[in-house]
Amino acid sequence: MAETSLSNPAGLRAWLLSAEPGSRLQARLGRAYLGWRAFARNPLAMLGLAVVLLLVLVALLAPLLETHPPLSGGDLRTERLLPPSTAGHWLGTDDQARDIFSRIVAGARITLGVVLLVSIIAMPVGLLVGTVAGYFGGLVDTALMRLTDIFLAFPRLVLALAFVAALGPGIENAVIAIAITAWPPYARIARAETLTIRNSDFIAAVRLQGASPMRIIANHIVPLCMSSVIVRVTLDMAGIILTAAGLGFLGLGAQPPLPEWGAMIATGRHYVIDQWWVAAFPGLAIFVVSLGFNLLGDGLRDVLDPKAAK
Amino acid sequence: MATSQAVQGGDGRFDALLRLARAAGRFVAMVTVTLAGLLAVTFLIGRVVPIDPVLAVVGDRAPPHVYERVRQELGLDLPFLQQFLIYCRKALSGDFGTSVLTTNPVMTDIARVFPATVELSTVGVLIGILTGIPLGVLAAVKRGSVVDQFVRVLGLVGYSVPIFWLGLMGLLLFYARLDLVSGPGRLDITYDYLVTPVTGMILVDSIMQGQWEVFRNAFSHIILPAAMLGYFSLAYISRMTRSFMLSELAQEYVTTARVKGLSEARIIWRHALRNAAVPLVTVVALSYAHLLEGSVLTETVFAWPGLGQYITHSLQNADMNAVLGGTLIIGTVFVFLNLFSDLIYRLLDPRTR
Repeated sequence: MAETSLSNPAGLRAWLLSAEPGSRLQARLGRAYLGWRAFARNPLAMLGLAVVLLLVLVALLAPLLETHPPLSGGDLRTERLLPPSTAGHWLGTDDQARDIFSRIVAGARITLGVVLLVSIIAMPVGLLVGTVAGYFGGLVDTALMRLTDIFLAFPRLVLALAFVAALGPGIENAVIAIAITAWPPYARIARAETLTIRNSDFIAAVRLQGASPMRIIANHIVPLCMSSVIVRVTLDMAGIILTAAGLGFLGLGAQPPLPEWGAMIATGRHYVIDQWWVAAFPGLAIFVVSLGFNLLGDGLRDVLDPKAAK
Repeated sequence: MATSQAVQGGDGRFDALLRLARAAGRFVAMVTVTLAGLLAVTFLIGRVVPIDPVLAVVGDRAPPHVYERVRQELGLDLPFLQQFLIYCRKALSGDFGTSVLTTNPVMTDIARVFPATVELSTVGVLIGILTGIPLGVLAAVKRGSVVDQFVRVLGLVGYSVPIFWLGLMGLLLFYARLDLVSGPGRLDITYDYLVTPVTGMILVDSIMQGQWEVFRNAFSHIILPAAMLGYFSLAYISRMTRSFMLSELAQEYVTTARVKGLSEARIIWRHALRNAAVPLVTVVALSYAHLLEGSVLTETVFAWPGLGQYITHSLQNADMNAVLGGTLIIGTVFVFLNLFSDLIYRLLDPRTR
């Protein structure tokens, strides 16, 4: 019966919204659908989603979209620092006669890569520290939270600077440094969520069945902390992009010839008075992308974590 | 009778004192642990650096016995923990080693550049307070109006725009094209050395010495970078003001005040804002702390000779003592600003006692 009704959209909606889901999958999909409907009602959040999807698309299709090679320039005598929309260079060329549009497109890969890598490293660390601290409490909690506070006590960019100084400049080390500074807020949030969950009856029931602490944390606590941590990570992505760009601007992140947006602004800085486009467009790209992540994060928070939304 | 009352009164006071002492003790312990942690982090960073500190001193052609002697002089042959304790003792007495770049003690360098950063962030946070709080209040009072939308957009842009890029574009527009402000640096070269540094903050020093020309010039230099920083604290302060005011305006005492016939202006500015001001103090302290961070990038763009520029300049020259000393100072200021805002909060809001 379900099979026949799935073929038309109205039937699919009814199946998703069914008050008596027949399977766990149906219930989960139903909840996801409800969340999506709430999310889609928010035009700003949809705009943010569109920007982020655009970034992903540009990053995936970068080699197809580039009009010129992003790393090697043209003729240094005639094609240097051309203003926008001359000779097929939509956004002009930089001091090495490289096409700025192609470099921005290629830079989308770097930006997306940095954001993904930092989240993939920092999120599990934050989740683990926070849930373990919250679940065990006592001395473990105190020790882990003190450690978290120490990392929170440093301003983020300054700590990342110090780590890059120790590890040496480069995009990989910038990712590591940003990840080291990014996990503490996630740990805080995961701990707060764990504290509200750990004394619930269902946790007591699982414990009585003989589940080990690690099993309880991994299978029963972490899934319930996920939504608020994901919201926080999404809201943080703009900050991650800005920190990475800042490191690049100071010459400590991606190294030249890599078309990282912050490093591109750093080269454009020397020409800003007369050739404004060299610095202006990469900055605009950073601004649009981090605005997109901020809007997306705000929208996700309203859907997934209504308590925190004000 | 009288004595027992006195004893009871004393007991109550003693209890309160004990509670206070215990809270203070916990506070001190927390700060100590956090500061020790800061020291541990900078110490460890200093150890993993791929630069050999001995080679940095003796050069790579020194004979082995010289190398060994310098290694012992620097204390690098001691056990790890002992090295850390020595490092802590030195750092607590303000000794962060010598800067390779300037050959001064790092602390002397920092004392020289820090006032410039304080001056810049203070003007920045003042701009943020003076614009952010009224805008936040207006946004809360006229919820959903044009002003509210405007504040929302201002905040979103502030959270998304790279500060160094905004600074560059500001220089391009207001300095190069419109010629409204002066360019990078703290003063035009003709005004250098006219003011003897007392506080190190040129705006303050020039007023104290009655040098109005210098003050005007310094002001035209500071206004653009400070406005950039101020915009970032405006984004944060206005957003928080709005949300605090919204929750205050929903309280019953506001209804009571309206029923009593108080004017709307009086309710908003005298009653609601005064209660919202308590958490706002924390917000202002936090945004001040964040401006210290923002100043690292802003100072680079505006060639502002402050702590941020000192750190980045040292970094590019692999001067680790200077970098770690500067990091430690910023971290410590951060910790104490947080502490300060916490204390003020307790002082202003009797409910937290």
